Amino acid sequence: MSAKVNNNRIVFSLKVAIHVISLFLLSNLYFQAVSDNLGADPVEAVLHFTGIGAFNLLILSLIISPLAQHFKWAFLLKIRRLLGLYSFTYALCHLLSFLAFEVQFDWSLFISEIIERPYITVGMLAVVILLLLTITSLSLIKKKMGRNWQQLHNWVYLALCLVALHFYWSVKSEIIEPSIYIAISLLLIYLRKNKITRWFK
Amino acid sequence: MIKNITRKFSSCQLTENQVTDETVYLKRRQVLKQLGFAGASALLANNAQADWFSKEEVTPFTTQLLSAKNTITTDDILTPEAKVISHNNFYEFGTSKNDPIENAQQFKVNPWQLTISGEVDKPITLDYDDLYKAFPLEERIYRLRCVEAWSMVVPWIGFPLADLIKKAQPNSKAKYVAFETLYDPEQMPGQSSRRIGGGIDYPYLEGLRIDEAMNPLTLLSVGLYGKTLPAQNGAPIRLVVPWKYGFKSIKSIVAIKLMEKMPPTTWNILAPREYGFYANVNPQVDHPRWSQASERRITSGGLFARNRIETLPFNGYGEEVAHLYKNMDLRKNY
Repeated sequence: MSAKVNNNRIVFSLKVAIHVISLFLLSNLYFQAVSDNLGADPVEAVLHFTGIGAFNLLILSLIISPLAQHFKWAFLLKIRRLLGLYSFTYALCHLLSFLAFEVQFDWSLFISEIIERPYITVGMLAVVILLLLTITSLSLIKKKMGRNWQQLHNWVYLALCLVALHFYWSVKSEIIEPSIYIAISLLLIYLRKNKITRWFK
Repeated sequence: MIKNITRKFSSCQLTENQVTDETVYLKRRQVLKQLGFAGASALLANNAQADWFSKEEVTPFTTQLLSAKNTITTDDILTPEAKVISHNNFYEFGTSKNDPIENAQQFKVNPWQLTISGEVDKPITLDYDDLYKAFPLEERIYRLRCVEAWSMVVPWIGFPLADLIKKAQPNSKAKYVAFETLYDPEQMPGQSSRRIGGGIDYPYLEGLRIDEAMNPLTLLSVGLYGKTLPAQNGAPIRLVVPWKYGFKSIKSIVAIKLMEKMPPTTWNILAPREYGFYANVNPQVDHPRWSQASERRITSGGLFARNRIETLPFNGYGEEVAHLYKNMDLRKNY
């Protein structure tokens, strides 16, 4: 009995921590940016922070399964969805901040940048995938989708690759940090290689 | 921690101006840190760790008052000094915009030597003091348009590059002018580490055609906002070519060489498809990865500042410089 209660407590505390940290960082970011306390160019700071934040959260959500498997911590799987949802939240803030503060609601520029700039195109595709995963994360929809649900949610690995590419293509010359992120992404995919090879059989 | 830093700075002798700038800057820096998780680079960066843990006293870079008569002004609103000195692309001191102000504080500019050589009859060497005395100084307010599609308006102090070149008496073979930044990996962490320096090869090189160099707008700057240049802005002497993207305006120059052939330039070597030799501000020719049709003008104001404006051909200096390129296809010669 006690082990299960314990695990529930851990899950509860982890969830509280994820909520508090993610929301605090995000609201503090916008508060500081609005009051011009984020360096000379708050727009750049907001875009960078929400982008990296979304990537970090996506990586965290995908490291859960290998960890749970390796250490036999099945309870960890209960926080995976929350991390995924916050990854989408940050990615959405990233996209909306680009629209509102970078191109400043110049819709034709917004749309032409999405179409013409490959790094923005792949970033946009990743957001669309994360959006689909977010909508279908509701338990009710999940049940209705049956086997299709898992198939759709396997697309998260495609999103991961697109995000890594988006970051790599967006920098001018400083490729070391994005390269580290690409290595982490490949490692995550490698850790799930058995699962992934099964899709192609 | 903020208290700590204030104490650190108040123990040094500074003008009121500098104290305000630095503390405003450091407060912002602090906020950025409090935001917590940055990227993987922050986990790796040993200089970032030093921020957190080291108790070393850092003597901040000092600037002196500099007087100059204003000769060129504009209706544009000036970018506040605190932003001009804390938002810098100077990869020798790190690739983030706020790295240079942090990493360049101990940069030594005196003694300094700037040589003018190559296809000239009278090579010149300017020492540190000469930089401020050899030519009458002017204050000129110029727009600065970065290739990354943001811009500033900066009151520079300096003298026309043409004055210096004329003094060296270029010969008939002098068709181009090459510029070189100081190479000193001990002082410039970006030059000793590819990670900090953004993977570009140093020393940083730039170049102009001779007629561009002799154009009256082309300025060698030794100061801004009424003072000598802060280290992070390219002390003690830098180029300012207001109708070209900012990367042409090379910082902390040690050598100017008149040449017969077009000299290699740093960003062009790194990515020739993205950065040309000419790099004239041109809203018609996009960077392959983003539009150059408009820009965000950095002034005061936070996230909600509506600061996106149209980019002008030659950054609005067409009247003065368009004739330099009249028979050229500027789509090819970007």
